[in-house]
Amino acid sequence: MIALARALVGRDLLLAWRRKSDVATALLFFIIVASLFPLGIGAEPNLLRAIAPGVIWVAALLSSMLSLARLFAADHADGTLEQMLLGAAPLGVVAAAKAAAHWLVAGLPLVLIAPLIALQYDVAADLYGVLALSLLLGTPVLSSIGAIGAALTLGLRGGGILLSLLVLPLYVPVLILGAGAVEMAAAGLSPQGQLLLLAAMLIVAAAFAPWATAAALRISLE
Amino acid sequence: MSEFLAMGGYGFYVWGAYGVTFILLTIEVALLMKRKRETKA
Amino acid sequence: MTTDSIKWFWYASPQTFFPLAGTIARVCAVLAAILTVAGLYVGFFVAPTDAQQGEVYRVIFIHVPAAWMSMFIYVVMAVWAAVGLAFNTRLSFLIARALAPTGALFTFIALWTGSLWGRPTWGTYWVWDARLTSELILLFLYFGFIALQAAIDERRRADRAGAVLAIVGVVNVPIIYYSVKWWNTLHQGASVSFSKAPSMAATMLTGMLLMALAFWMYSIAVAMIRVRCEIAENQGQTTFSEAQPPA
Repeated sequence: MIALARALVGRDLLLAWRRKSDVATALLFFIIVASLFPLGIGAEPNLLRAIAPGVIWVAALLSSMLSLARLFAADHADGTLEQMLLGAAPLGVVAAAKAAAHWLVAGLPLVLIAPLIALQYDVAADLYGVLALSLLLGTPVLSSIGAIGAALTLGLRGGGILLSLLVLPLYVPVLILGAGAVEMAAAGLSPQGQLLLLAAMLIVAAAFAPWATAAALRISLE
Repeated sequence: MSEFLAMGGYGFYVWGAYGVTFILLTIEVALLMKRKRETKA
Repeated sequence: MTTDSIKWFWYASPQTFFPLAGTIARVCAVLAAILTVAGLYVGFFVAPTDAQQGEVYRVIFIHVPAAWMSMFIYVVMAVWAAVGLAFNTRLSFLIARALAPTGALFTFIALWTGSLWGRPTWGTYWVWDARLTSELILLFLYFGFIALQAAIDERRRADRAGAVLAIVGVVNVPIIYYSVKWWNTLHQGASVSFSKAPSMAATMLTGMLLMALAFWMYSIAVAMIRVRCEIAENQGQTTFSEAQPPA
């Protein structure tokens, strides 16, 4: 099963590599959205420093969500997804592998780029670690939960917007914990509570979301 | 009676709350009755 | 298969449930009317004026029952969705579908009445405290459920996809509530905090309970009629009633 999962993730990564522009676009969206806030709110340094964790997290949320629509679309269009459904591989493993590949392509880059955004917002240097760690723990949860939404809205007209409506309320706890961790650290308190809860959410999401995604895929492909 | 309507000065809030609630529930029932008539359910 | 298990699924057929739904709707509608009159009477004429808040606290008699119903209906919706997925009974999905609009409406009413209650008591129409924020997100969850079912043309897929969403949502509601609660207590910047009236006069509690029961009976009545409409619209020509799909 590990070999199967590795093969599936490898396949998705290869496909993403062949369409680098898709990946780059999502990353650019993250950077652009984060850059919009100072333009809209005004460049007062203290204000920006205060809102930075929230802004970065919201931008990460939106960016991760935008690339969800593509999660199953390509495979669905050429029939590969139905083959996976009929195949011997447990659909839960397929779903988990797809979510993992999504994270590697759309989540991990955000973790790596976030310090640059934090630099733009003049965030204190000792907060970079907490910020990166919170995103590292949180973005896989976003990918896992987002996969459920992507599976439910597979092939529907107006799918992208509908997907956002379904998935954003479920993202709220991750946002609150992630941004909260950085804000705690900024206030001089320990972010341990939030980070541990994020880790717990990650474990639960990784364990159960593939099962829900698989059920949703079966329903969408019947 | 006017005392009842004034609600100790808070009339706007109390009747705003009760009024909108009553209106919304009435609209829900009215729409449902219309649908019921159309399908003769 | 015993006689008991046959009876259990007897009403799972839309054909047999159709007349039962009508009966339930009529009974609950009458109960709702009676309870509403009783509840409003207790709320306005029996319950005393509050020492701290004056008359405005009387909003509680629809605010709290509406909030209770908003959450209760969501859970019931998710339970019927799960039953539908487990036993593959179409009627369960129809009931879940019928409950959603009423649940969303009560959620909005809870938010609206709470907002109007908050303005004179807290000084503001809105605060991001745990209860209001999670109630707002509950409204979005309802909208998501309704939107998803509306976006899928094929009934079977719509029913089952909505069911998965409802179940995922119901698991999330406590998580959303506790995460927002924690977020809020850490950001103690809010200069106002909402606390329930410390000890509620017995008459106030009675009024609230009567209105809660009234809303509950109302929800059942409305849902039953909506289920009948759903059955009629989707069964084609029926022999068990004159109901027909809209021309």
